[in-house]
Amino acid sequence: MKITFKINGESISKDIKPSLLLIDFIRDGLGLKGTKPGCLEGECGACTVIVDGLAINSCMYLAININGKEITTIEGLGTKENPLDKVQEKMVEHGAVQCGFCTPGMVMTTKAYSDKCIAEGIIPTQEEVKKSLEGNLCRCTGYAKIIEASEAVYKQER
Amino acid sequence: MERKLKHIGKSHTKFDAKERVSGKSVYGHDIDLPNMLHGSILRTAHPCAEIISIDTSKAEALDGVVCVITADDEIVDVNNISYKRDHPILKKGTVNCNRDEIAAVAAISKEIADKAIQLIDVKYKVKQGIYDPIEALKEDAPMINEFGQGEEKFGNKNIAESFHYEHGDLEEQKAKSKVIVKRTYKLPRVTHACMATSNITAEFNKLDGRLTLWSSTQVPFLYQRDIAHALKMDPSKIRVIQPTIGGGFGSKLDMHPFEPICVLLAKKSGKPVQIVFSREEEFILSPTRQPMTIELTTGCDAHGKFTFREVEIIKDNGAYTSWGATTPFVMMQSYSSLYQVAACKFDSHAVYTNNPFAGSFRGYGNPQATFSIESNIDLMAEELGMSQTEIRLINANYKGEVTGQGLHYKTCGAIPALKKVIETSDFENANSKTKGDRYKRGIGLASMLHVGGGAKIYRSDGCGTTLKLDHYGYLTIITGSNEIGQGSETVLAMIAMEELGLPEEKIRVINTDTDVKPWDVGVHASRTSFVAGNSLLGAIKLLKEKLSKKATELLDVVTDNWEYADGKMSFNEFEIKMDKVAREMHFGFPHELCTVNYFYEPPSKFQDKDFKGDVSGNYAFASQAIEVEVDTLTGKVEVLNTHVSQDVGRVLNPLGLQGQMEGGLATGIGYALTEEMIYENGVLKNPSFHGYKLLTTTDMPPVNFYPIETYDEAGPYGSKGAGEAPLIPTAAAIANAVSNAIGVRFYSLPITAEKVLRALHEKESMETIERR
Repeated sequence: MKITFKINGESISKDIKPSLLLIDFIRDGLGLKGTKPGCLEGECGACTVIVDGLAINSCMYLAININGKEITTIEGLGTKENPLDKVQEKMVEHGAVQCGFCTPGMVMTTKAYSDKCIAEGIIPTQEEVKKSLEGNLCRCTGYAKIIEASEAVYKQER
Repeated sequence: MERKLKHIGKSHTKFDAKERVSGKSVYGHDIDLPNMLHGSILRTAHPCAEIISIDTSKAEALDGVVCVITADDEIVDVNNISYKRDHPILKKGTVNCNRDEIAAVAAISKEIADKAIQLIDVKYKVKQGIYDPIEALKEDAPMINEFGQGEEKFGNKNIAESFHYEHGDLEEQKAKSKVIVKRTYKLPRVTHACMATSNITAEFNKLDGRLTLWSSTQVPFLYQRDIAHALKMDPSKIRVIQPTIGGGFGSKLDMHPFEPICVLLAKKSGKPVQIVFSREEEFILSPTRQPMTIELTTGCDAHGKFTFREVEIIKDNGAYTSWGATTPFVMMQSYSSLYQVAACKFDSHAVYTNNPFAGSFRGYGNPQATFSIESNIDLMAEELGMSQTEIRLINANYKGEVTGQGLHYKTCGAIPALKKVIETSDFENANSKTKGDRYKRGIGLASMLHVGGGAKIYRSDGCGTTLKLDHYGYLTIITGSNEIGQGSETVLAMIAMEELGLPEEKIRVINTDTDVKPWDVGVHASRTSFVAGNSLLGAIKLLKEKLSKKATELLDVVTDNWEYADGKMSFNEFEIKMDKVAREMHFGFPHELCTVNYFYEPPSKFQDKDFKGDVSGNYAFASQAIEVEVDTLTGKVEVLNTHVSQDVGRVLNPLGLQGQMEGGLATGIGYALTEEMIYENGVLKNPSFHGYKLLTTTDMPPVNFYPIETYDEAGPYGSKGAGEAPLIPTAAAIANAVSNAIGVRFYSLPITAEKVLRALHEKESMETIERR
């Protein structure tokens, strides 16, 4: 089945099997290995990508559903001039990374949420920031620095 | 430590953080070799059974399947693996636990390999398994592991490993005791839950007999030897490359059957093979923390001074024996030497059962030991009418102490750490806070002792370093030590920046390839920054000698007192760029490269046959005070705040250290409150994140961390190992806090809402009866 979509700014058409999971399509079909397979059951959030502005678990989403949509993966963040997005910079600065396996998912969740908040002119509370990241598991950091980094994204907007 | 330091002690972002946040790091899951096949493993359908027959014909006939192996395959010419060599890689005849590997398939896709596995027809004769170690110890119990040597060595066929330790005069100390408390503690089976599941990629070159493994082992050189033993190979023909490792926490200390199985598939197929676990497999197969029953008797005299500890431990070893069976090495340290203890007697038996085998896990037996010790301390204080803080302070370890076990505390931050958390948590007042009707608040205190300068349990506890300063003034640090997320690479880069005055962008750390890097025993025992740091400092000293000699000659000046800054060496008015010195060394006489090798072996000693001796380069001490709130309607325990103080010797990288504290606390809180692998008759009932509850962002309390700096001369810049400590006293402090909040003490973990609610109801009905 043929689907047409935009990924990380590039328009692509591909023939895929209707049962293909988005995570497998991204990692194996498109070779974008930055999206991480942590559980394949929608619990850990390591495979989070952004589809039309919404953070989704790509292991719980069929690839055919991106037809006509715009997807961003971790590889799509940053620009030529600034290879790291502000969310990524804050994660580095605040020490939010240890083993790093959950990190792309943490970054994408934060990116989707912060873009939405900024667009709506909202500065979320710490509780709201925590809530936004509740679907992403991490075993190394105890989350504190991830939450700090995420909050710092908004603080700079002020 | 008079010297003013520019980098050490100041927060530095992680050396590899940019790679990680941009998704560029390559983990085992991301490796894709040309012509690579995918492997899948068939595991037993029953934890205890005889295998009658295995029919692989349908699997072999499936399109896309390249090969299938079972124990009877001629390529499976292997030795048993594991710490006691009691673990066959592929099982034949009998299966002993739900992890047991029966057959494996290599196919052109993971999907096909998984499908083929389901086509393998195994006929079993199911047997009644033994899932309780007490049952396994009974005389009429069957022998669980046929390779076990318990009968000859320990007087019982189902004992896998025993330890006995004692010091002091137990009877004399019992007679001196005013209070004696005896309790039994039960600790659960929990798992590492690394965010990246286990994985391995193997490529065997038939032309030269060399094997390359992309493995996330924590101990590459021991692993190389283990693989060689398993597969009857020459260790030097095995190259171990570590891709980025997505969490370790001790789970990757043992080599597991799937790893040599992957090699066998690669050998048979003649192609590279990759095995990646699903999350369910990871839950079932990853080694766990030791479940155990601890019977602890402790005493103190009329003044609260500890007199003795007597402990008997039965550990559920599971069906095979991993490194985890040696956790008593650490546990006996805590029983004998956490606080001053005049006499101690320790016995532990790891008993075979048909449960999955336990392995090593951050803390290595110490969270269990500390939970029992610190609970008993609160009980003794209560019985004696003494405060929880005073009883700990008068018994705390001190600088200069040589413990009954022979641990020598050349520096000791135990008392400062205790005082710090007592002060910052306002412990005495928090303790007496008025409590509401539904929500009851409490505070608990616990301390811990752990090795801080490695642990000499292997013939060498050292680490090698090679340094290379190139023609352009860039430094390559080739270290034996491994980065598994803990940030040791960053600390090494900081040391080089500090000592050689080089900017970060001129430093590289190479640490992932056994063909390249010098020997190191591996990541365990909170040792990496300590040993690798000391090793690097030794290497830098040699490099400086070399640079100094050449610079002296080039500038015609006599001195050893060079200052290193901004890529230059200077002395008074003399100055020269380091890259120029390196070039002159090469192109001019004596025509040599600016490289050095150094091996550091810590000053620690092997313990004697009675387990006595100064086993670590130094020792870490820590205390935690934790505030909780118990919802008496639902039974839920919420951790409100944590106060953590730890003797880290000296802070090297505050940002990295704080991260270790927060991560450790999170795992400790999970151990205390939410995490448990639920096994029924040898089968795991909750192999997913749905059923196994890790903490999430909203569960995490604030971590108020107060490092204690004692400047221990054994460590780099005075530092001590720090990684394991933060989770060790956490469950103990939380259990003490819950007891303080609701007047009910829990002797088992995790303290789930169900348990709390049941206990509250029991307490209520008891009180009703008493009132009547």
